[in-house]
Amino acid sequence: MSAPAIWIFVPFLVGGIILFFIHERFSAAIGGTIAVLLSLSALIFPIDTALLVGTVSLKISASVQILGRSFIFSTADGPLLAVIYGVAALWFFGTQASGTANRFVAIGLMIVSLLTASIAVEPFLFAALLLEMAAMLVIPLLVPPYQKPKRGVIRFIIYQTLAMPFILFSGWMLAGVEASPGNIGLTTQAGTMLGLGFAFLLAIFPLYNWIPLLTEEASPYATGFLLWALPMFTVIFALDFFDRYAWLRTSPQLSSAVQFAGVFMVASGGMLAATQRHIGRMMGYTAIAETGLIILAMGIKSAEVVHVTFLLLIPRGLELAVWALGLSIIKREAFNLQFSDVQGFVRKYPIAVIAILAAHLSMTGFPLLAGFPSRLALSQELASQSLFISFWTYAGLLGLLIGALRTMAVFVMAEENSGWVVNETWIQAGMLGLGVIGLFILGVAPQVLQPFISRLPALFEHIGQ
Amino acid sequence: MLIDAFSWLMVILILISSGAMLIGKDWRIQLGALAMQYLAAFWLITRHQPFVVGSAKLVTGWMIVAALGMTRLSLPETDEDQPTFGPESRWFSMVLLGIIALITAGATPRIEAVIPGLGLSVIAGGLLLISTGLIHLGLTSEILRVIISLLTLIAGFEIIYAAVENSILVAGLLALTNLGLGLVGSYLLLAGSTPTVTDLEEDME
Repeated sequence: MSAPAIWIFVPFLVGGIILFFIHERFSAAIGGTIAVLLSLSALIFPIDTALLVGTVSLKISASVQILGRSFIFSTADGPLLAVIYGVAALWFFGTQASGTANRFVAIGLMIVSLLTASIAVEPFLFAALLLEMAAMLVIPLLVPPYQKPKRGVIRFIIYQTLAMPFILFSGWMLAGVEASPGNIGLTTQAGTMLGLGFAFLLAIFPLYNWIPLLTEEASPYATGFLLWALPMFTVIFALDFFDRYAWLRTSPQLSSAVQFAGVFMVASGGMLAATQRHIGRMMGYTAIAETGLIILAMGIKSAEVVHVTFLLLIPRGLELAVWALGLSIIKREAFNLQFSDVQGFVRKYPIAVIAILAAHLSMTGFPLLAGFPSRLALSQELASQSLFISFWTYAGLLGLLIGALRTMAVFVMAEENSGWVVNETWIQAGMLGLGVIGLFILGVAPQVLQPFISRLPALFEHIGQ
Repeated sequence: MLIDAFSWLMVILILISSGAMLIGKDWRIQLGALAMQYLAAFWLITRHQPFVVGSAKLVTGWMIVAALGMTRLSLPETDEDQPTFGPESRWFSMVLLGIIALITAGATPRIEAVIPGLGLSVIAGGLLLISTGLIHLGLTSEILRVIISLLTLIAGFEIIYAAVENSILVAGLLALTNLGLGLVGSYLLLAGSTPTVTDLEEDME
């Protein structure tokens, strides 16, 4: 058995089976269990290393050939695969509680497998095509068959499709740059095309306008999943670029451009979040600001770049899952997530409200919550490099905090004599409770991530070593 | 020589279909133009790729046209008058087409100088499609036309990329991407337009 067959083809196949043959009641349990099994197997079985079980020798081969090209996982990919499928399992188990469309688990598994294939494909440039295919699979989750598509989803598909040609062509040009590094014209052209491609993919300012639109018009749970999955794999793809091309790592102009893009996203996302009056859009702008933080982490000139980037990426999955689940539960009653519609909801949905606020505060970098250690590590790195960037990063985080406080104020503005009731089901309460506990554990004891994060720099030969 | 002349004929076909796409507002004209573009793309791709790869592109493209056409056919017709002024007007589209043709004529030799061996006709065909796709995308927010624009843009990119990358896996993934985009277009066209089972039950009651 080969590693790509286990972590790419099996989940894709299971996704197809769930989609066509399994009743929606069981899909969350089956999809979640498969994801957990894949995560555990990535943790337990080393890739491309013989393992002796009793008298039987087992070995998961690293690669598989398809149409003349390879899909390869190395031993170093194990922790990454464990994290990917571990977080995906959280999302799949949560679908039952969120009451999202029955296709979520099936299509979600297919999306995760395609995105995982984007890590494995060689030459790695072809990942752009797999990312585009995953983006197209997200559409049925965002637009249920009974709902007319709106502006957000159209913009999303346009931007993701525009990214692909830019990245594929820049990859071809980068090979030319490597052959003749002195050719300034070619270098500039390749850098510009690459920058545009990633600007579309990562929704860098001003190309992030689809995110708040989507969080307003689509299911919060599906949008949250999208905001976790696509940026995570795009960041890994971008780190691969930095790792493969020496001039990208050493170019001071590119490093400045990356940091400027990052800080602009943090500051603008934070400030816009502070002014929102819709809790769905609030999640969108907070996700934008956090993507900015991740971009900032990728631009730091330090050996810690991989550590800090993954320290931001891993808790993001949990934060968004908890937030999106809370929003989905509230949206069932409120329909519209405007402030005026959710006023006083803490007395109707106390657990969902607490979960939303915990996730929001975690993404602002509030102490004792999952987002705090990563922001602390990033602040340390940034403070030693640029006070200007540090200042605007804090300004953005302050904006997120103001947004969280405004949301809290709206939720607690209940009528004086209204009583407290718990409207969440036991599954919803359990999932939200576990999520909030997870946020606290990652905040108080971030070392639980160390076994994963310490091995991740091995994925990249040149950066972070 | 004859092959070169035929390639330029395909470039002219692309120009005509681009014009039809920009000027004609009827969905049948738009899809017909897209089908013509795939025929031209097939020929231009086979200048650098094996015949099989080019024909895969043609077959995929026509499958997409058929899928989109059948979906659109199942939806009710909407009467839209052609505006006489502004970005939706016929004259404005013709001016845009002229600009696209001029830019392509200017840029083609320069790109050939930077990337020698692509062929002038291949570059011209690719650039025309990319520009038409981008301009069309900027002019519309209607789902069918957005999808047609994106497919046009990708077809233009594929013509040029086929000259520099000959991987079968890429050709296959690009075909899947095109097909996926066509299916996404069909899905989005249908979403919200057909009554759900519950609606039908309510009507019967």
